Amino acid sequence: MIPDLGKYAGAVAWSYVASLGLILGFVALSLWQARRMKQALDEVEKRQGKSDA
Amino acid sequence: MIALLIRDLRLAVRAGGGFGLGLAFFLLVAVIVPLGVGPEPATLAKIAPGILWVGGLLACLLSLDRIFALDFEDGSLDLLATSPLPMEGAVAIKAVAHWLVTGLPLVMAAPVLGVLLNLPLPGYPWLVVSLALGTPALSIIGAFGAALTVGLKRGGLLMSLLVLPLYMPTLIFGAEVVKRGAAGMAVATPLALLAAITAGALALLPFAAAAAIRVNLR
Amino acid sequence: MSIWEYANPKKFMQTSGLLLPWVTGLAVTAMLVGLIWGFFFTPDADRFGSTVKIIYLHVPAAMMSISAWTMMLVTSLIWLIRRHHVSALAAKAAAPIGLMFTVIGLVTGAIWGQPMWGTWWAWDPRLTAFLILALFYLGYIALWAAVENPDTAADLTSVLAIVGSVFAFLSRYAVLFWNQGLHQGASLSLDEKENVSDVYWLPLVVCIAGFVLLFVTLVLIRTRTEIRSRRMQALIARERLA
Repeated sequence: MIPDLGKYAGAVAWSYVASLGLILGFVALSLWQARRMKQALDEVEKRQGKSDA
Repeated sequence: MIALLIRDLRLAVRAGGGFGLGLAFFLLVAVIVPLGVGPEPATLAKIAPGILWVGGLLACLLSLDRIFALDFEDGSLDLLATSPLPMEGAVAIKAVAHWLVTGLPLVMAAPVLGVLLNLPLPGYPWLVVSLALGTPALSIIGAFGAALTVGLKRGGLLMSLLVLPLYMPTLIFGAEVVKRGAAGMAVATPLALLAAITAGALALLPFAAAAAIRVNLR
Repeated sequence: MSIWEYANPKKFMQTSGLLLPWVTGLAVTAMLVGLIWGFFFTPDADRFGSTVKIIYLHVPAAMMSISAWTMMLVTSLIWLIRRHHVSALAAKAAAPIGLMFTVIGLVTGAIWGQPMWGTWWAWDPRLTAFLILALFYLGYIALWAAVENPDTAADLTSVLAIVGSVFAFLSRYAVLFWNQGLHQGASLSLDEKENVSDVYWLPLVVCIAGFVLLFVTLVLIRTRTEIRSRRMQALIARERLA
């Protein structure tokens, strides 16, 4: 299924691995930061009795 | 405005730290580079334009935090903000003071250091001209960087991170003028672009810097 | 003082919350379609062999790197003029995303350059200009991090974004002047439509769309985080006063 990349296989493969790795890593980081922040905010709001209805 | 200029000049010369340090640093760069890359005349001649410009640029960078930090700390900057002199004018004056104390000495010392770095003969006038045209830009750009970080306690490193990218066009064209001049080629294009950047920076950055100072004085 | 009752952030949180699943879905779809199409179903090119497949990452990343900075410039101006907090926070949120795209552009550019030019790094005008842009991103992010007061930080970084844009633009042309370029007319002018035949162009467009949607998705996610962070700081500050 993978096309014959010939002599440039390394370059092409590494480009994709690096780029997709960076993107996925960054997305994961952003989602994790978002969830942590939401949890922290919910805690503070609960403590103060404010809700976000 | 003149009073402010004279005051800043007096402070720079009196405090001892402002005047002379930039020059000493410039000299040091001209010494350590050959120590690093080797004394071969041909090599030095090739890199001399770039080294002289980078050295001058770094020497300017070193004295930037003095432009506003001292006045910020003792409250003079607040007084300046409430004075009838517009902040943009104050910024411009302080940049001029910085240039007189740092940039101008560099321009005058550069030919001597050119000798140390084996700069080809035709390059000398262009070295002086390019630095004379470029260092005012370095002062006003530096003033902008200093204005952004004046409120920060240890903003020196951050200021360098902000200012150095802004220095790059001036550096590129300035060094290019000396390089081409030393090789006997035409310098009109980089010279014109260098002058244009300086003119534009002098015209516009006082406003940006003044805005930053006002924000930091809030 | 309470920013949650502030109309703007609240409406933003509601609207972005509704939009997010859709934008995410579209982004994933476009990226998958574009990359799979480009990687598996396009032929090798004459000059580049299979490395032409790098184009599907390199070009969209480079385009988004510029677009992200432009977005930061616009949102910074909106903050300075209209004082919408969401705008300032969106600019703050976009910066690391733009930096990521810049790094991807640099890395893929360098990896592509190795077999093409025989060197891991070349001070080619395009690569150099993007390296300088990465430095501008770093400075902007650093300034946000260094200033404590959020409004002061927003103001200072906005001014930096404006001045930085002018100098980034100048640098692009200065660098072109400084080095006429390793590849005059070669490799990386593939983003010119005339130089790319349809067989590469269409999947490339889909990839570009995917990257744009990815940017939008990430901006929405990160801006929501920033808004929550700001609200939390405001609430904690109020706690301390009480």
